[in-house]
Amino acid sequence: MDFDYSDDQKFLKDEARKFLAARCPSSVVRGVLDDPAKSYDAGLWRAVAEQGWLGAAIPEAHGGLGLGRVELCAIAEELGRAVAPIPFASTVYVLAEAVMAHGTEAQKAAILPRIAAGELIGCLATSEGPGVITPSALQAKVEGGKLTGVKIPVTDGDAADMALVLANEGGRPGLFLVDLRAGGVKVDTLESLDPTRGVARLTFDGAVADRLGEAGQGFALAQAILDRAAVLLAFEQLGGADRCLEMAREYALGRYAFGRVIAGYQAIKHKLADMYVKNEVARSNAYYAAWALNVDAPELPTAAAAARIAASDAFWFASKESVQVHGGMGFTWDVDCHLYYRRSRQLSLVAGSPKLWKERLVSELEKKNAA
Amino acid sequence: MDFNDSPEEAAYREKARAWLVENAAAHRVEHGEPKPTTPEHMAAAKAWQARKAAAGYACITWPAAIGGGGGTPIQSVIFSQEEAKAGVSYGYFTIGLGMCVPTVMAFGDDATKQRFVSPAVKGEEIWCQLFSEPAGGSDVAALRTRAVRDGDGPDADWVINGQKVWTTGAHYCDYGIVLVRTDPDVPKHKGLTMFWIDMRDPAVECRPIHQMSGGRDFNEVYFTDLRVKDSQRLGAVGDGWKVALVTLMNERLAVGGSAGPDYRQVMELARGLPGVNGPALKDQAFRENLADWYVNSQGLKFTRFRTMTALSRGQTPGPESSIGKIISANQLQDLANTAVEALGEYGILTDPSLAPMEAAFQQSLMWAPGLRIAGGTDEILKNIIAERVLGLPGDVRADKDVAFKDMPTGR
Ligand SMILES: Cc1cc2nc3c(=O)[nH]c(=O)nc-3n(C[C@H](O)[C@H](O)[C@H](O)COP(=O)(O)OP(=O)(O)OC[C@H]3O[C@@H](n4cnc5c(N)ncnc54)[C@H](O)[C@@H]3O)c2cc1C
Repeated sequence: MDFDYSDDQKFLKDEARKFLAARCPSSVVRGVLDDPAKSYDAGLWRAVAEQGWLGAAIPEAHGGLGLGRVELCAIAEELGRAVAPIPFASTVYVLAEAVMAHGTEAQKAAILPRIAAGELIGCLATSEGPGVITPSALQAKVEGGKLTGVKIPVTDGDAADMALVLANEGGRPGLFLVDLRAGGVKVDTLESLDPTRGVARLTFDGAVADRLGEAGQGFALAQAILDRAAVLLAFEQLGGADRCLEMAREYALGRYAFGRVIAGYQAIKHKLADMYVKNEVARSNAYYAAWALNVDAPELPTAAAAARIAASDAFWFASKESVQVHGGMGFTWDVDCHLYYRRSRQLSLVAGSPKLWKERLVSELEKKNAA
Repeated sequence: MDFNDSPEEAAYREKARAWLVENAAAHRVEHGEPKPTTPEHMAAAKAWQARKAAAGYACITWPAAIGGGGGTPIQSVIFSQEEAKAGVSYGYFTIGLGMCVPTVMAFGDDATKQRFVSPAVKGEEIWCQLFSEPAGGSDVAALRTRAVRDGDGPDADWVINGQKVWTTGAHYCDYGIVLVRTDPDVPKHKGLTMFWIDMRDPAVECRPIHQMSGGRDFNEVYFTDLRVKDSQRLGAVGDGWKVALVTLMNERLAVGGSAGPDYRQVMELARGLPGVNGPALKDQAFRENLADWYVNSQGLKFTRFRTMTALSRGQTPGPESSIGKIISANQLQDLANTAVEALGEYGILTDPSLAPMEAAFQQSLMWAPGLRIAGGTDEILKNIIAERVLGLPGDVRADKDVAFKDMPTGR
């Protein structure tokens, strides 16, 4: 049994933590939060590219480091701890993973090296309005290789160079790569719960669309892509949840009420113990999903769903209770609690809500159980 | 990240499995909770323990010289996994071998160890742990059972009077370790001493307690002028708390895994049950619960894998293993309850011949409350996580520095 990061992976993770402590203190996060014109921190993005993280899991032949997915998970965990304000998930977990798993050789050669070099930011454009998107409700369409329609909201859509778009083609859903710099695209920046991540409305009017994967398979493909992304997002969520617990612990150990530190009161101690338990459940599920992602195991859909559900739950609980432990201070703009509270909501919704994943998990279990 | 055994681990597992295939069948007896503590069940358990001991599969981590297996912690985990799969794990020896005998080994003199360790390993003698009292469960150190010396010499006997309660197995055990008060004039933790005792002594009276689950696994135990030799003392006079902590630390490792139905069985049940709209399995609320249990039970399983990894890397798992019982006990209770509710009015039936899965859900529903209390309540385990893992301060102690006899007790 070897169910933990290896020494090399731990080293990478420690280095990532040190790097982010220096390059992504909360002042950097706040720089994006407080500036409506900024949708991400360009300096941090460049620095992260220089570290090789954008291409960590991209093969060397395409300009990456050629490491495994577990290494990418270790990086994701640290990015989550730091609530890094960069379009890393959209670019790396979604676009790069999608192209590596489903792209043609030409698509790989055109896209992956640019991602690894930090020259191409990606985004995933599926939603068209409130609620869940279904094949029959899908409005965006591709005719003669040209895309028309509106996608809202698109996380990192205002920063992105390329979108992965779900659209109808001849009455069947497909996934398309769209170069957002090539014309036929209007980008409107929108306000969101988590301003440390950009969000946009993308309006397509004859933009060139290049299909990814098989025709008519858009929904299945999107799900396969989200399965991969969900694992990496779960590590970001886990990192965030761990940091919330740490912040709450540190605060509780320094704050006095009724002549004692509040950390001595059992209501607070048990809250922190509950956070710890949830975080450990999330960590164990995330490790299993990391393994499944790394070796492309058939268990990936269930493992990813379990990791996502556990991590969403842990981060939500830790982020809300961390505000509570901080009392009035926790409700202020100046204390970092709300950065995590915001990010916890952003990460829970960006790849399908936990409710959807629970449904997906149980459907998978039904299939397995029936077989 | 690799779930496979290392080559050495795989070889050990293979060997253990082959041995189990060869030996287990003859020792399999129906079990569950409430435990059928019939003479046949006990005899089967003892025979199985003896066979394991002879083959080096009992107390695997203990030195071979004292009857153990001379193996590693990871080997012990591997064997338990295979043994559970083979359907031959019995509960009778957990408390003795997991907690009492290790305490005897740590604090007994050579003659005591010589006398007791090997028979316990072979399953010839069973031990119980007599800590809890009506006045002290979570707060064990508040116990009132007294031991006073009869005479003045350094070897003078002790005479014990008082009552223990919730003692698992006392009615079938041969020996026990008992924590008693030897000095009421000092603060509660300082006046305790530990002894081993003979449970068959006429001065020990055992009254089985009828549990809410219907079983009779634990007991009230009364001592009336029970005379023990000073050589039965484990640790120094007044040092009983330190000795008890060693026992309790082992308890957290020994207690944990919960037997009982898991999400798979509930799912199977719901597939065939009529729900509000079609099978109960299609009920949205039910599906969400199912997802949560799956996530929790996987979380627990993989947390154990992480513990195993620590063991295979030569590390010792610490107080963080307390999360196991918190999750599993609560989950068992919730899961059993939802399954029983899904049965509708029929869910109240406990007749094994009528209820699905021989009424295992109903049994678990009635057993789970005990699991949340035994071996440390949820609340105490959360305190352990908060204090020992997260480093938060201990609770306020109203009884600190107060002589035991002056301590507020509520009655
Ligand atoms: C099935 C079973 C088997 C057992 N077997 C044995 C055995 O073999 N040997 C043995 O010695 N004992 C045994 N016990 C006893 C068990 O250890 C105690 O029941 C347990 O430690 C709780 O103590 P208590 O029952 O006195 O509850 P109490 O300590 O009175 O607790 C009552 C409630 O108060 C809470 N509480 C207490 N202190 C605190 C605190 N500091 N902070 C917050 N909440 C608190 C508890 O969590 C609980 O909810 C067994 C119990 C069960 C249920």
